[in-house]
Amino acid sequence: MHQEFLMGNEAIAMGAIAAGVNLVCGYPGTPSTEVLETVAKHRGPDCYVEWSVNEKVAMEIAGGAAYAGARALVTMKQMGLNVASDPLMCLSYIGVKGGLVVLVADDPGPISSQTEQDSRTFAAFAKVPVFDPSGAQEAYEMIQDAFEFSEKYQTPVFLRPTTRVSHGYASISVKDPEEYTIHTPEGFVKDSSRWVIFPRLSTINHKKIEERNAQLRHVLSDYDKNCILRDQPDAARSQNQPDEASAPQPRRGLAAGGFNFTYALESLRALKSRPEAPLLKVATPFPFPEDLALQFLEDLDEVLCIEELDPVIERELTYLCGKYHLKTRILGKLSGHMPLSGENNLAAVQKAIADFLEVALPAAEALELPSLPVRPPVLCAGCPHRASFYAVKQAMKGEKTIYCGDIGCYTLGNAMPLDMVDTCLCMGAGLGIAQAIHHLEKDTFCFAFVGDSTFFASAIPSVVNAVYNQAEMTLIVLDNSTTAMTGHQPHPGTGRTMMGEVVAAVSIEQVLKGIGLTCVKTVDPLDHALAVETVKDTARQPGVKAIIFKSPCIAITRPSGRVMVDAAACIGCRKCIRELGCPALLFENGKALIDTAQCTGCGLCSQNCPVQAIQPEGGSGND
Amino acid sequence: MTKNIILCGVGGQGTVLASRLISTCAMKKGWQVMSAETIGMAQRGGSVFSHLRLSDPAQPEADRPAGPMIAPGIADLILGFEPGETVRMLPYLKQGGQVVVSSRAVQPVTATLAGSSYRAVDMIDFLKAHVSSLVVVDADRALAEVGSAKVLNLILLGAAAEENALGFSYEELRDAIREKIHPRFHELNFKALSWYGQSLQ
Repeated sequence: MHQEFLMGNEAIAMGAIAAGVNLVCGYPGTPSTEVLETVAKHRGPDCYVEWSVNEKVAMEIAGGAAYAGARALVTMKQMGLNVASDPLMCLSYIGVKGGLVVLVADDPGPISSQTEQDSRTFAAFAKVPVFDPSGAQEAYEMIQDAFEFSEKYQTPVFLRPTTRVSHGYASISVKDPEEYTIHTPEGFVKDSSRWVIFPRLSTINHKKIEERNAQLRHVLSDYDKNCILRDQPDAARSQNQPDEASAPQPRRGLAAGGFNFTYALESLRALKSRPEAPLLKVATPFPFPEDLALQFLEDLDEVLCIEELDPVIERELTYLCGKYHLKTRILGKLSGHMPLSGENNLAAVQKAIADFLEVALPAAEALELPSLPVRPPVLCAGCPHRASFYAVKQAMKGEKTIYCGDIGCYTLGNAMPLDMVDTCLCMGAGLGIAQAIHHLEKDTFCFAFVGDSTFFASAIPSVVNAVYNQAEMTLIVLDNSTTAMTGHQPHPGTGRTMMGEVVAAVSIEQVLKGIGLTCVKTVDPLDHALAVETVKDTARQPGVKAIIFKSPCIAITRPSGRVMVDAAACIGCRKCIRELGCPALLFENGKALIDTAQCTGCGLCSQNCPVQAIQPEGGSGND
Repeated sequence: MTKNIILCGVGGQGTVLASRLISTCAMKKGWQVMSAETIGMAQRGGSVFSHLRLSDPAQPEADRPAGPMIAPGIADLILGFEPGETVRMLPYLKQGGQVVVSSRAVQPVTATLAGSSYRAVDMIDFLKAHVSSLVVVDADRALAEVGSAKVLNLILLGAAAEENALGFSYEELRDAIREKIHPRFHELNFKALSWYGQSLQ
C-alpha cells in the first residue's frame, strides 16, 4: 500500500484497476467523467476502454462483457442512467457472470444537470444493490467490494458517488500494482436458458431477485461500511461541557449516508454534543441494512436523517418503525426538518443538528455582505457557438421561429443578449420538439440545435423520424470537434478512440445524406456573412434540411490572434456588447475595449462593428 | 493541527492549479490533504472555489477533518483571485484569519451588458473594514511586470508565502512547481512567485 492524492473519481478508477477490471465503457457526464479517463490513462494491457456513443450502448457492452465472465465497469451521470435504463432493467432480471459495476454519479443541487433524481431510488426500482461512498478512500475500497458482491450474487451493482465525492480530493491509501487482482474471464458459454430473456424466465428470476434482496437486508447489516458510531470522541472534550441532562432528555440519534455522513460527523464534532448522539452510517441504501438499523433504533426516541435528493433513509427507518411497532420518531425531509431539494452544506446541516439536539451553535459573527456581482456561466470568448447562434438570429430576424436547444455548452446560447434557446429538455429532445411545433404551427420556422457528440448520442433516430413523417425543420449541428462541456472527450466524429487509435471519423454530413436529406451544408460560423446567407437560404427549403456549423472549440485549438479596438474610430454605440455578449468585450470611458487575456481573435465582433473600429491586432482590415 | 484554506475567483483564473501546488507541498511534509472544488459548467466565467484542508496525521482522529468542505468561520486563509469573490467567501474566515487578495476585478458579462460594472475598490474597502490581516496585491502591476496575464495564481501564492500565511517556504513551493508544471513554464512561474517579495524591497 502507498499514499496518493486522488480525486474521488480517480480513486474509483484506481479501485477498478486494482480489482482487475477487464472492460470499461461509458458516456461523459458531470460529475462522472474522470473515472473512465483515469482508467484509460492507467489501465494495464488487458483492459479495454471506450467512450461509447451513449449510455444505452455502453450498458449493453458492459453487460455483454459480464456475460463472458469479465469484470466490467460502465460509467455515467444520473441523467445517463435514464438512457441506459432499458438494458439495465433487463440485466437485473437476467443477471451477470463476471462482476458488473454501474458507476452512476448523482448531482445534488443540481450543479450541472436537468434533474435532481436519486440513483438510490433508481437502484431500488431496478432491484439492484447500491453502494453509496462517503469519500475517496471509501469509494476506492467500495468499488472493489462491489465487484466481489456483483459476482457473488450475479447481479449488476451500482456505485453511486455524488458530486462532492466524485470531485473531492484526498490523500488515500492505495494498493501497489503487485497487490492488484488479476481477473481472467472464462469466456461466453452458450446457454440459451440463461441468456435469452423470455416472459417465463422473467417470472422465475423476478421471484429469485425479490428473495435475494430480502436476504441481503440481513447480509448487508454485517457489511463493515454500514455501521453505528457511538460515543467514541475523547472524554476530555466532554468534561468541559456543562451537564444539562438534569431533566430526562429524549434519546436522539442521527442517520446519514454518502457524503452527508461527513457533514453529520463533522457537525457532531464541532458541536461537541454530550452525550454524543449515535450516528448510523448507511453505505448500502438498497438493500437497506435492516438488522443494523433496528439495533440503532432500539434505544432511541428521535432520529434525524441527513441526506440529499430523495428521503431514502428516512422512508426506510419509518417503514422499520411501522414494521416493528417502534415509537421512535423519524425526522428529515418528509417531516419538514430538512430541505426537500438542493445540495446540503455544512453550515445548514450543523444548524439542523444543533436544533435537533438542542445544543448551542458555536458563536459566529453575522456578516452583512455588500451586493455582489452575479456570475452566470457564459459561452467562452471566441466560442464558435456564439457565431452560429448570432448568424441564425440575424438571418431569421422578423420571422416566426422556434429555436429548440439541447444539452451541452450550447445551452448557454439561452443567455442574453443571444437569447437563442427557446426550449431545452434532455439530450436529443430538441429535434422532437421542433417536429411537433411544425405539425401544429405550419407558419413557424422550426430549428433544432444539436452538438456533434449529442448528434451521435441521441439525435439520429429523431432525424429519421422527421424525414419519414414529413416534418419541416432545419437541423443545426454545432460541430466543434469535441465533447466540450464535460472536458473534451473524443466521439465518433473525431476519429480518435480511448485506446489511442486513429480511426476513420464518422461523417455527420454523410449520415444525414444517408438518411435522405438532400440539403446539407457545412459552413464556418465565423464567416458571418456566408453563415447568415446560408441560414436564410436553407431555412426556406422544403422538408428536413441541415446546416453543420463547423469550427473547433477554442479550448482545443491555439487562438488565431487577438483583435483590438481603435479608440479613435469607436463611436461607443455598444453594438458589439449589446448583440454578442462576448466576455472579452468590455466598455470603458465611452469606448469598447478588448480583454486581451480572453480574446481569441475569432473576429465576430470586428465583422459586426458598424464603423470597422475593431481590427486584428498588428494588422489592418478584416482577416 | 488542521489548516483550512479557501481559494476563490472566477473560472479560468488558475485556482485549481494553485490548490494543487499547496496540496503537493503538504503531501511532501507527510500531511493529509482533502480538497473540494468547482468543476464543470461553472468554469465558464462563473464563481469558483477550492476548499483545502491540510492536517497533521499525528493529531487524534477526532480532530482531523471528516470531509473536504470547510464550515463557515473556520478558514485560516482566503486566497482571493478576485475582490468580489473574496468578499463572497468572507463568512468562511475565522476570527483573526488572513486574506491575500488580488486588486483586479473581473466584470461579469451581465454587468457589462447592463452597463453597471461593480467597483473593485468598494470590495477592497469592505475587506479592509472586516479583516485584521489583509494583503492586497496590485495584480495589474504584477501581471504587467511579470509579463504574462496567466500567472495570477503564482503571484498570489508568492504573496501568501512572503506574509507567512501559507506555512510553506518559497523553496517548497518551487519544488511543487517543478513537480506539477511543465519545465517550459518554470522560469515564468518562479518569477511570478517571487514578484511580491521583490516588490516590497
